[in-house]
Amino acid sequence: MPMPDWLRHRSKEQPTEDAALWTKCPKCGEVLYRRDLSANQWVCPRCSHHFRMSAYDRISSLVDGDFTEIGSDILPADPLGWVDKKSYPAKLNADREKSSLTEGVVCGIGTIEGHRTALGVMDFHFRGGTMGSVVGERITMLLEAALAQKVPCILFTASGGARMEEGMLALMQMAKTTSAVARFMEDGNFFVTVLTDPTTGGVSASFAFQSDIILAEPKAMIGFSGRRVIEQTIRQKLPDQFQTAEFLLDKGHIDAVVHRHQLKGALTRLLEYAAAGKANVQRTRGATSA
Amino acid sequence: MNNPIMERERGLLELEKRIEELRAANASQPVDMSAEIRALEAKYAEIQREIFGQMSPWEKVHMARHPKRPTAMDYISQFEQFDELHGDRHSRDDQAIVGGLAKLHGRSVVVIGEQRGRDTKENVKRNFGMPYPEGYRKAERFIKLAGRLGLPVVTFIDTKGADPSAMSEEHAQSEAIAECLYAFSIAPVPIVATVIGEGGSGGALALSIADRILMLENSYYSVASPEGCAAILWSDAGKADEAAARLKLTANDLVGFGIVDEMIPEPLGGAHRDTAGTIAAVLNSIELALGDLASMPPERLREARYLKYRRIGQWVS
Repeated sequence: MPMPDWLRHRSKEQPTEDAALWTKCPKCGEVLYRRDLSANQWVCPRCSHHFRMSAYDRISSLVDGDFTEIGSDILPADPLGWVDKKSYPAKLNADREKSSLTEGVVCGIGTIEGHRTALGVMDFHFRGGTMGSVVGERITMLLEAALAQKVPCILFTASGGARMEEGMLALMQMAKTTSAVARFMEDGNFFVTVLTDPTTGGVSASFAFQSDIILAEPKAMIGFSGRRVIEQTIRQKLPDQFQTAEFLLDKGHIDAVVHRHQLKGALTRLLEYAAAGKANVQRTRGATSA
Repeated sequence: MNNPIMERERGLLELEKRIEELRAANASQPVDMSAEIRALEAKYAEIQREIFGQMSPWEKVHMARHPKRPTAMDYISQFEQFDELHGDRHSRDDQAIVGGLAKLHGRSVVVIGEQRGRDTKENVKRNFGMPYPEGYRKAERFIKLAGRLGLPVVTFIDTKGADPSAMSEEHAQSEAIAECLYAFSIAPVPIVATVIGEGGSGGALALSIADRILMLENSYYSVASPEGCAAILWSDAGKADEAAARLKLTANDLVGFGIVDEMIPEPLGGAHRDTAGTIAAVLNSIELALGDLASMPPERLREARYLKYRRIGQWVS
């Protein structure tokens, strides 16, 4: 199996993204001043390329101000004593420094235009957003908190899949988060996922596709198997738009592709619909018991 | 692909044949060759122990892929009754997933298995045991049926992984697996999953959210294939043996992590050396697990299943 796609993109984008002041758009080549790019929510003003956004930038672009983190004290261990070219703890350290994150997801409860919401945001800059024990535990804790407080939950996905360095413990996080999603949804609560670039493997095959509403960012790469694996299997090149958000929309797999600048508005409207439905349910329940 | 286990077996099979020939000759001739036969038998046992007594994780992966290893249908055909059901009710009857209503040791159940082929022709029909999205939708339909009827569920896991083709992507492989996982997690009936061969990543997990997970000694269950893992980490699929060791994918490892509940031993040399005995042992373990779970009311069952997965993971805090 060759290098998966998300890995290839990462190595291509990194040098430009890390430059202190200037960033070159990988799509149109425009040289952008980082402060302007950040103010534009990491969308290229020239070609609308959506850069991979950090979890905290995303959270501050959505919440009204308050955000109480959940599970930030849950930190990665090294259950398999993993070593390949580097040890797993060394990789974790490097990613911590590079991303200023403690793991691949940030979870918490905040308000979005007045709606109390459980919000989880995966960040590709930490181990490619892969899901190990900590990502699974934090997301489970988030869903359990959302269930207890009966508030909607929005998850932003960005992931290369299950984290190899934690072996089967990582794969089992799909089962664990699924169980938490199912409990949350079966209780009648509203669940939205927003698929960002890239959403693949074990994450796309679990909570990403278990929600009531699935939104995606423009051109986000979304799929189960890596593009190269498929190309090798069928021995031909796939069209450029294969596995993009737009492709999935066309195939009927997702509800909508939403530009980042319109995302907060779109999510707010969804939260309003859900709140309206919940009020109906509560009113009719009251009527039957009266 | 040549399987190194088969290479190793070749010499043993020769030896077996010689012992048989000598036995036949011994019976029909006046010369007593029993000492010679005993010596050969001892030699045979010694070599067998040497080759198969201590298998590395990578050797177990090959054992799990052995073409003679019993497949899901080999187990299902030993149930007293099996009424096969077909299709996802939308577009296909995926032959990599088999299932239906069945009776095991007098107990009515729903059985679902991942079915690979024994030869090229059957493998084409079964897509090498790699389910399409339609296969996972078929499995989802069966688990929901079990819930409606109140029947316990028995699953057999044996897949390299979910089908990785362009068509499967177009038919929403991710969504099909995700929905299957969801349906298993909330099913109000007991689920017993058994890994009988290959447990390839999400494609295997899709049928194994269960109240009890059993696993044959020489099967494997892994987050990624050793070849794929080696290719990603070292850009060298040839380092698959090293990857197999690091991934901790054997039944013993997974019992240690609390992911698998019971390891079912295999005869020396692998399940196919005593197919009938292996199948009987597996069905017996399944029956015991079903018996344990039978009296649990749906709510307690679901709660226990939730907690079983809730606990999995290791971190520091």
